[in-house]
Amino acid sequence: MLPLTPAQTVGPFFAVLVPERGRLALVRDATPGERIVLEGVVRDGIGQPVPDALLEIWQANAAGRCNHPEDPRTNGRDPAFDGFGRVHTDARGRFQIETIKPGSVPGPRGRPQAPHLTVGLFARGLLTRLVTRIYFEDEPWNALDPILAHVAPDRRPTLVAAHRGNGKYGHAIVLQGRRETVFFDV
Amino acid sequence: MASQIHPYRRPLAGHDPPNDVPAYRSTALRHPAQPLVVIPQTLSEITGPVHGYGPVGLLDGDLTRQHDGAPVGERIVIAGRVLDEDERPVPETLVEIWQANAAGRYAHAGDTHDAPLDPNFSGAGRVLTDAGGRYRFTTIRPGAYPWANHDNAWRPAHVHFSVFGHSFLTRLMTQMYFPGDPLLALDPIFNAVPDAGGRERLVAAFDLDVTEPGRALGYRFDIVLRGRDATPLEG
Repeated sequence: MLPLTPAQTVGPFFAVLVPERGRLALVRDATPGERIVLEGVVRDGIGQPVPDALLEIWQANAAGRCNHPEDPRTNGRDPAFDGFGRVHTDARGRFQIETIKPGSVPGPRGRPQAPHLTVGLFARGLLTRLVTRIYFEDEPWNALDPILAHVAPDRRPTLVAAHRGNGKYGHAIVLQGRRETVFFDV
Repeated sequence: MASQIHPYRRPLAGHDPPNDVPAYRSTALRHPAQPLVVIPQTLSEITGPVHGYGPVGLLDGDLTRQHDGAPVGERIVIAGRVLDEDERPVPETLVEIWQANAAGRYAHAGDTHDAPLDPNFSGAGRVLTDAGGRYRFTTIRPGAYPWANHDNAWRPAHVHFSVFGHSFLTRLMTQMYFPGDPLLALDPIFNAVPDAGGRERLVAAFDLDVTEPGRALGYRFDIVLRGRDATPLEG
């Protein structure tokens, strides 16, 4: 077996490659589904904004299908939705993602998962990618989600975006300290 | 309906650098203090953007031909293969690089190093691997540059690599270094990789077969991404 190539930090200058800053639109005009806008912020261990974080979002379409050959469900695919995007935080550590509420993706032993975004986070000062998820406060299925069940109940709220009405959600990703976001080993 | 998923192997403990590395000062307030929560892989994780992100242009793999003139510096080729742990090539996956210019300065507003910008060098490239997992970039050798981490701190010359693979779990951000660089022994980012073998795998090899006669020295840098477990799981 070949040994893996180790990770290194993305550093402070990735904008040379990824100029998109602050806002990300995953949807096109033709994308079906419930439109939502997620407004977020990334903060460090003393509550300061992180203006140089790179977020990558991966999500299912409105029917819960992942745009990938290993999703065995051939119905419900959506050519107008890739499900992937990346954005770096603005000078105040904020990001805004315009997308659709994902449908349910099957979890372990076929148990449905609550709608969620899969998130990878890179930044100067992080030697590896951090992996987290963003769930939605107004989803009753959160209580039954098989992945949230792995998280201590008092830390689950760090994975759930607050519902602000009119399709708007707010979310903080806290790298360290009080209300530190849950990050996954997957 | 339950279906089977084919999970990815988890890296051995100590393979990647830890996030709390006091010698690298920026980790202090940014590393999570709580342990990572281990979760099973689901369809959400074993899928991912198949061909990476955005279209790849014809000149995107040649960083020396993106402007009217040629950039200053030593022209080099960086070539290699993207493989998984089972030595299977990873075809048609996006490989991206970004780097400082020959003087050690990034074309980025946040880079305040007192070294000249090069109007003929943007320092970013992207290519898709071929059917054999091979990629190839033409660029210039980046310069070393000072940084504020500690007194008289210098980053060794490096090229940032971003590789997708075919799953959210194969995503890799890393840095490629050059052989024989005396700054490697002093660099807290390079030395955050716990084992010597891992550090060695971040150093490209000079390769006469990659070298273009009369034009550019060649470096080989192979990249190994997570492979699959032998046993499928009920997904």
